[in-house]
Amino acid sequence: MSHPASANRYFVPDPSHWPLVGSLALLLLASGAVLTMNSIANGGFVLMGGFAVLAVMLFGWFARVIGESESGSYNVQVDRSFRWAMAWFIFSEVMFFAAFFGALFYVRVLSVPDLASADQAGLWEGFKGQWPTAGPAAKDVFTPMHAWGIPAINTLLLLSSGVTVTWAHWGLIANKRQQLITGLALTILLGLVFISLQAYEYAEAYSHLGLKMTTGVYGSTFYMLTGFHGFHVTLGATMLIVILVRTLKGHFTAERHFAFEAVAWYWHFVDVVWLGLFVVVYWL
Amino acid sequence: MQASQHAGHAGHHEDDSHGHGPTGLMRWITTTNHKDIGTMYLWFSFAMFLVGGAMSLIIRAELLSPGLQYVSPEFYNQMLTLHALIMVFGAIMPAFVGFANWMIPMMIGAPDMAFARMNNWSFWLLPPAAILLTASLFVPGGAAGTGWTLYPPLSIQMGMGMDMAIFAVHILGMSSIMGSINIITTVLNMRTPGMTLMKMPLFCWTWLVTAFLLIASMPILAGAVTMLLTDRHFGTSFFNAAGGGDPVLFQHIFWFFGHPEVYIIALPAFGVVSHVIPAFSRKHLFGYTSMVYAIAAIGLISFFVWAHHMYVTGIPLTGQLYFMYATMLIAIPTGVKVFNWVTTMWRGSLSFETPMLFALGFLVLFTIGGLTGLVLAMTAVDIQLQDTYYVVAHFHYVMVAGALFSAYAGLYYWLPKWTGHMYHEGLGKLHFWLSMIFFNIAFFPQHFLGLAGMPRRIPDYAQQFADFNMISTWGSFGFGFSQLLVLVVVFKAMKGGVKAEARPWDGARGLEWTVPSPAPHHTFEDPPPFDPAEAHG
Ligand code: HEM
Ligand SMILES: [Cu+2]
Repeated sequence: MSHPASANRYFVPDPSHWPLVGSLALLLLASGAVLTMNSIANGGFVLMGGFAVLAVMLFGWFARVIGESESGSYNVQVDRSFRWAMAWFIFSEVMFFAAFFGALFYVRVLSVPDLASADQAGLWEGFKGQWPTAGPAAKDVFTPMHAWGIPAINTLLLLSSGVTVTWAHWGLIANKRQQLITGLALTILLGLVFISLQAYEYAEAYSHLGLKMTTGVYGSTFYMLTGFHGFHVTLGATMLIVILVRTLKGHFTAERHFAFEAVAWYWHFVDVVWLGLFVVVYWL
Repeated sequence: MQASQHAGHAGHHEDDSHGHGPTGLMRWITTTNHKDIGTMYLWFSFAMFLVGGAMSLIIRAELLSPGLQYVSPEFYNQMLTLHALIMVFGAIMPAFVGFANWMIPMMIGAPDMAFARMNNWSFWLLPPAAILLTASLFVPGGAAGTGWTLYPPLSIQMGMGMDMAIFAVHILGMSSIMGSINIITTVLNMRTPGMTLMKMPLFCWTWLVTAFLLIASMPILAGAVTMLLTDRHFGTSFFNAAGGGDPVLFQHIFWFFGHPEVYIIALPAFGVVSHVIPAFSRKHLFGYTSMVYAIAAIGLISFFVWAHHMYVTGIPLTGQLYFMYATMLIAIPTGVKVFNWVTTMWRGSLSFETPMLFALGFLVLFTIGGLTGLVLAMTAVDIQLQDTYYVVAHFHYVMVAGALFSAYAGLYYWLPKWTGHMYHEGLGKLHFWLSMIFFNIAFFPQHFLGLAGMPRRIPDYAQQFADFNMISTWGSFGFGFSQLLVLVVVFKAMKGGVKAEARPWDGARGLEWTVPSPAPHHTFEDPPPFDPAEAHG
């Protein structure tokens, strides 16, 4: 039962059907993906249905949370809960990327050199084991992605967006509304440019560099890491847009604006992952 | 009996009904109440336990005698895989999440879990995963038949059942991560004033560390199966040597998740036992502080021992040595716990109700499982025993006689608090003795089979293994059918029986015993005063 806002009573939400809708969405998404991947007819419709239900669920659920927040149901203790939760959620995301960074480390330091070692000499004749490689059985040639073109520009973009989002936060704290709105808009803009450049880079890689997902372990790690990162940037940018809309609607006060901070934390996390990517995927 | 004195705290629940929200099925679907959600977790877990149990009986039936009799080798492998996935992710883990949901808010004096609505989602994500896993039996090619470790290259060659298992793992991972964030936040942020971390009940401590292990390891598993998926369908080469990858890479990633996973199962079991043994010894838990440090140490070290599952994959000698010693190191904090439990009983005024019997069964059999674990930790020995029935015996001693027995101890211990009635003690004891005896008949001979060289994951075997396999199969059937007694016990207690007092166990300590039995639908809407006499530390 929801309690009236009170200084020391912890808010417990009313019964809600959104979780079940979310579970249905995931069941549809999973089934749709299985069907599509195995080229079974109409799998695409199931998949689309899953996305649609998911979208409805996200709108409904977040609308609910925002409503509760705006009606003052969340006291200081609830706010602290949100902080813990967001921090641990980001930690789980860090660990998700750790799996792929770990895989990259493993192939570069262990499996590729091993395939070129004397142990395997009879098996993979002439394989040098130099990174980047598409593996000992690769036939097609490809050009690796260079760090100092688009990736370097993207690094600059994301780093600046970290600055602008902090600047926006300062505006929020100091009650400078215009600074907040400009800062957010700039951050979103930088994010969108980043995503566009990334898309352009992929197109280049496929059409001119011969660098595809199927390009051995270099292509695998490259697309897996940059792909999931790009997906997270898209997610972060979407959340920033929501925050901007809420700002324009007059949500958030100088004291109470954890939603803003959560998204800012997330944005910084995406930023830091990129730095790791830039160094180990593109540069070294 | 201190019961009457303590029942006083129960004063502040004006509202004992749950009449405001939806009723009937919708109540359960939409609930944001930690007790409802805990109940659903426990029932779901038991249902999955029966499904996974039925699969294990199919496996054991096939192994009753040498030769192929009932199932095809392919189907055997599918049963083996689903049995393991369903037992680990569907039965044991949700059982302890159920306990966490029911008990943590009541133990720390919180009104509910920190995120009650998300809590509901954590639960309702389980059925889709269960549907995906079971439905995979009926798709072309059948379910995944790789074993629960999902090793490539076999997992890359499997049919679409494998994809369903992969997505099931993703969904289960989401559920675990959300559940863990909820638990950590609840424990850190919602303790009643005065309950410092070092006065917190041990069950909450074990869950705090377990939730951390889950948040750190489930995403790793998600990453691993995602790479499997792209290798299967999008032409990547993570686990394909021709493309520069390595199937052994999967093993590293899997076990980086997999070993913490065994402590995700074991730690909450430790927590339950740490409540039951003091209660029936009528003493404080011996060495509370060292228990807390041991839990933390086990949690930490569990991330650095994963390659003890990989001694025969060709990892370098130095690696083997490191992983051998690191694994043995875990025996130290685990030993601390075992000795503390034993010392808690020392000169206690013991009584042997069903919860205590299961806790003692746990203590003895888990220790056996831990010791065989140490045997396996020795590289030179493991090279002989890897993938034999010795390993099967080892992990069933820790997971069945360890985790499951502890879950039963918790079930009998808290059932009066949940239902408001005492369970039937005679039936409870019968359940314990049948389980204890049949478990050992089923699994002890597997040590001998393994030592004699019988490999695991096969539907057929050589003549010389026939006798012990027959014993093991009869034991398994006895064990399996004895578990149906739990249903009887629980239904009886739900229907009626002797009314339970607020504190039915005179030695039990903790805030959960200060509220009436059955616990009101909403407990502690305002933080209760913290009574040091109820503290565990
Ligand atoms: C004293 C603590 C423990 C030690 C020293 C230990 C050690 C080991 C070792 C060395 C192996 C590898 C066997 C092989 O390579 O053939 C193993 C396997 C296994 N252990 Fe443990 N273990 C311990 C506790 C646990 C616990 C608490 C659980 C579960 C709750 C568990 C579940 C498993 C499982 C499922 C396997 C089989 C993995 C497979 O599929 O090959 N262990 N253990
Ligand atoms: Cu292990």
